Amino acid sequence: MSSSAAAAVDYQRLVLDYTRSPEQDAPAPARHPVVIVGAGPVGLTAAIDLAQQGVPVLLLDDDNRLSSGSRAICFAQRTLDIWDRLGCGQRMVDKGVTWNRGKVFFREDPVYSFDLLPEEGHARPAFINLQQYYAEGFLLERAISLPNLEIRWKNRVEALEPGPEGVTLRVATPEGSYGLRCDWLVAADGARSPIRKAMGLESKGRSFRDRFLIADVRMEADFPAERWFWFDPPFHPNQSVLLHRQPDGIWRIDFQLGWDADPEAERQPERVIPRVQALLGPGRTFELEWVSVYTFSCLRMERFRHGRVLFAGDSAHGVSPFGARGANSGVQDAENLAWKLRLVLEGLAPEALLDSYDQERVFAADENIRNSTRSTDFITPKSEASRAFRDATLELARDCVFARRLVNSGRLSRPSTYTDSALNTPEVAADGFSGPLVPGAPAADAPVRGVAGDGWFLSALGSGAFIGLLFSDGDTAVAEEALRALPAGGQALRQMLRPVLVVPRGVPAHRVEGVLVLEDTEGLLARRYDARPGTFYLLRPDQHVCARWRRFDPACLRQALARATGYA
Amino acid sequence: MLNTEPNIAFPDDFYEALVALHQDLTPEQSRLVNAKLILLLANHVGDAAVLRQAMALARHGVVPAGQDPVLQAVA
Repeated sequence: MSSSAAAAVDYQRLVLDYTRSPEQDAPAPARHPVVIVGAGPVGLTAAIDLAQQGVPVLLLDDDNRLSSGSRAICFAQRTLDIWDRLGCGQRMVDKGVTWNRGKVFFREDPVYSFDLLPEEGHARPAFINLQQYYAEGFLLERAISLPNLEIRWKNRVEALEPGPEGVTLRVATPEGSYGLRCDWLVAADGARSPIRKAMGLESKGRSFRDRFLIADVRMEADFPAERWFWFDPPFHPNQSVLLHRQPDGIWRIDFQLGWDADPEAERQPERVIPRVQALLGPGRTFELEWVSVYTFSCLRMERFRHGRVLFAGDSAHGVSPFGARGANSGVQDAENLAWKLRLVLEGLAPEALLDSYDQERVFAADENIRNSTRSTDFITPKSEASRAFRDATLELARDCVFARRLVNSGRLSRPSTYTDSALNTPEVAADGFSGPLVPGAPAADAPVRGVAGDGWFLSALGSGAFIGLLFSDGDTAVAEEALRALPAGGQALRQMLRPVLVVPRGVPAHRVEGVLVLEDTEGLLARRYDARPGTFYLLRPDQHVCARWRRFDPACLRQALARATGYA
Repeated sequence: MLNTEPNIAFPDDFYEALVALHQDLTPEQSRLVNAKLILLLANHVGDAAVLRQAMALARHGVVPAGQDPVLQAVA
């Protein structure tokens, strides 16, 4: 698909063709290294990431359509960084509505506003709003450009048999069923995960006693590209309202309805239209694009790895929508999993590395659930006392700065710092690092200049490798020697590690054989990494820090790499 | 460390003012005023350990006679 043709694609109505695979006629089930179930944002991200790293992937989907309705619309900076690495971030940003600011209103007054990206020097904004069908469409087009990634639509897993060496699947198609085998199965098959059910597993947690109406409205409006949240506004008394701008002149409005609302009646246009009209004021014209009434739960599976089956995204965990932590955390699951699966498949890491997927992403899910539950308890107070504190907070927020910090209309998705990950090499206290880039933290971005010109640090790193990042004072000879010493650890290490040399601003980046040289054009990289000349960072393929030292030592590096690949 | 020794210079004056704060208020209004008062004082105290001690002491000995409606979710 060319990009000009793609611009005209109606992703909401796109029908993906079922085609018969020769494997349906094979005498014995074909064996694949990885089968992913579910071609949503999470399954597609995992599939592209693996395929890009050279792993052949088979992606199965029981349907032949993309997302129906706009659904997940807020995609966070970390997600965009990941999609940049996967080669489709720019399309998302070009189409999406960029926003960084949120405003909170109580009754008629603004009480609090926040800027999610208060500093310059990031490739990507804090968020874009983009209908899920666009996100899936752009991912899909990237996926089908990869020769080692195959998607089979209308292929539904109807039975599976997990074993110690792999998983056997029975797949139903419009032309009957067939057998498949895979070394690893990734279940990205959504909140109602049929794979989870088939394995007799559960996702558990709590539901909230509230109902919300989502209305996607097409209209001309002059609200800014910001997230606006009202508590108890005059146009929807005693309840909350959330407004987001989407591409194509569409606005997402969430109306809180309360537990007693009748979900069937509330989705009827004659009920929805007056609610929207009340927000917009009389005389404004609009069209309803999509309407849905929902309740929500925070829940997760006890473990995300069950032998050869790995759960990712909504199948593994669920959150309330306030905070945009659903799809964003699912995309991070996919990224966390992809490089680990690849190393295990290639024999470069033990299977135990996949336990760190479980450990890290369960930790992240708990963080997301905690944040999402806190927001929901503020928006939907569960007791009279809770409501009194909520109202008191909002009333105080007008005059008292401290209370504004307590107002919680959603704490928006941030990538987790895997502080306790088994893959981290603990810091040496004497190194005296400060700042947020501790082992486990997501790597920070900054503007850089390479031999190819101006760009961004994270996108310069490429895909699939660990990054050995050395900061130099400009005397590149010493640094180059150190970096050239890196691959001395043997073939496996050479395959896994990409050396990167950072030179200070003013020292033009030049070609060094086998080393990526980047000029820290604004000094932001050194500042964000609290780096001095000689500082060395080890970044994982998913761009999380796993070790850092004030001086480079090949033995320490080898140990840290062994630990980060599950050998410790 | 939460101070539970006498710390208010004129206790009767304070107590009178506390009750007067709620004069002519409905129970709902009182609840709101109390909530604001707690938030203001909590921010003034600031120390998380002290606040947790005070919360624990306030709840001590109260046998729950109600129940928050929690809906278990299983999928």
